[in-house]
Amino acid sequence: MAAIGAMGTEMALDQILGPEASPSRGRRRPRFRTWRLVVMLIAGAYFLAPIYAGLKFALQNDANHFSFFAVKALPTEPGFGAAFWLSIRLSFVTVVLSMILMVPTTIYVHLRLPKVRRVVEFITILPIVIPPIILITGVLGSYPLWLKSSPYLLSLMYVILAMPFVYRSLDAGLSAIDLKTLVEASRSLGGSMFATMRRVILPNLRAALLSAMVLTLALVLGEFTMASLDLWETIPVWIVNFQQSDGHVTVAASMLGLIGSWVLLTLIVSLDRSQSRRSLRKTGGV
Amino acid sequence: MPEQATDVTGPGTSVPGSVTTAPRRSPVLRRLKRVGVPTLAMTPFFVYVILGLGIPAIAVVNLAFRTSTGKFTLANMRAATTGVYRVGFENSIKMALITSIIPGVLGVILAYAIQTGRSGVMRRLVATASGVLANFGGVNLTFMFIAAYGSQGIITLWLHAIGINPYSHGLRLPTFYGVSFVYMYFQIPLMVLVITPALLGLRQSWREAAQNMGASSWRYWRHVGVPVLLPSILGGMLLLFGSSFAAYATAEALTGGIIALAPIQIGDLVNGNVISGQQNLGYAIGFGMLLVLAVTMILYGLVRRRASKWLR
Repeated sequence: MAAIGAMGTEMALDQILGPEASPSRGRRRPRFRTWRLVVMLIAGAYFLAPIYAGLKFALQNDANHFSFFAVKALPTEPGFGAAFWLSIRLSFVTVVLSMILMVPTTIYVHLRLPKVRRVVEFITILPIVIPPIILITGVLGSYPLWLKSSPYLLSLMYVILAMPFVYRSLDAGLSAIDLKTLVEASRSLGGSMFATMRRVILPNLRAALLSAMVLTLALVLGEFTMASLDLWETIPVWIVNFQQSDGHVTVAASMLGLIGSWVLLTLIVSLDRSQSRRSLRKTGGV
Repeated sequence: MPEQATDVTGPGTSVPGSVTTAPRRSPVLRRLKRVGVPTLAMTPFFVYVILGLGIPAIAVVNLAFRTSTGKFTLANMRAATTGVYRVGFENSIKMALITSIIPGVLGVILAYAIQTGRSGVMRRLVATASGVLANFGGVNLTFMFIAAYGSQGIITLWLHAIGINPYSHGLRLPTFYGVSFVYMYFQIPLMVLVITPALLGLRQSWREAAQNMGASSWRYWRHVGVPVLLPSILGGMLLLFGSSFAAYATAEALTGGIIALAPIQIGDLVNGNVISGQQNLGYAIGFGMLLVLAVTMILYGLVRRRASKWLR
């Protein structure tokens, strides 16, 4: 249910970054500062210590000396290649499916069915409320064997899990542009609906599309619950299964995964920020 | 917000100038189009949601009340609310409470510390970090903690070096409190994200008004700050409760499935590590979890309505 975090991101970030601290608080500075320093130091220690330890552990050999052996050994460990390839295929299928389903739907809702927006919003929150563990047991209990025996069943479910992220990203992107005017302008110039979509709407949604895709990717690459219960060895499942063999390699794989997703997510957060700044400027100018 | 898309007659009619020249169609046809086109456009989404979300959820509820041969029974529910499964449920709720209240309070303090600080760089850093960290439960986080606090972890070894052995005091990672400790890593940032908008909603003028009337800082918080923030804080804690209650991957990877928590027990039952004849017990526990989460979300809705009274 970590998903709420990402939704919070979009809502809270601008506000966190928005207004500067108000100037009329000067008098109580000194006392406040020690208090704040203590809080920040403790928080810093709690949040940074595991990162430091993880990195150090991943770059150590069994004799506790600095070494790249774990990172180098990773690709040749039994099962890693297959797990990696499976995760890549699943994420590709999920991202494509998710975009095909959600992009036209969200655009249509924005353009023609504003009344349905709340309904769609509510539905896309549901995957956060219903835990993945329950969803996957429901799926395993109700779907035919031929579907359950395909790994792409996971992709089908990941589209559901990614829906909150994807919808929120696209919704934010669409709210930031004047969709109706753009579409009418394009139509009155003789553009077909398809041309309008391809040459007007999608280019304007580039940042939102990218962030939706990256969030989906990060989700698929890190998802453990469904994959392990569906008995497919994706990367996270492999990491857990492999942990008995070599602690350093396991931690190295985890750290690579974490750093990879942190880079991806930091990218989105900054994209998000530039996008909302643009929309702010626009509303400010009008 | 500008009036958006009140025209639902379909793409063709919004072209300026074409209204009068367009051939008149029968009202029946027009109505058909007015209802039909949106229905058609929304069909894939709704069908997908029904297949991927609706059917599995209904299956869980249905199977919770079935024997393995498909007859109606209450035995699963009875089994799920007694013995080891009852303990699992209680543990789950206890852990969700601990990992919503403590990180909730810490999150508010941290958010307040950042928000009242002057450093814009710090604020940006923490904002980005919270957005990123709040999304990281799961396997990778678990192994990072094992590298730090596991029996051979870097920090465990440091503590050994200065003569403290946390493991001899029972402070180990694959335990109830160990798992709670790891959960805080994504729960605190989540609270920071959720509560910051509310903190920003506290208006400086309220504080000044209180000071003008002679209120001390304590009285300001006692009578203004906390009452205004309380619904938002409770709302944030409810979200944290749900997030922790539903978490599976972190606990499973950290403990290897030996800890008695409801989601872990469902996983075990589904994986077939169980006496035959109890296949549907997992669904009964799942149904119970759904009930708890439904209550949580209803409370969240109520609290949020209350929160928007002063803050928007």
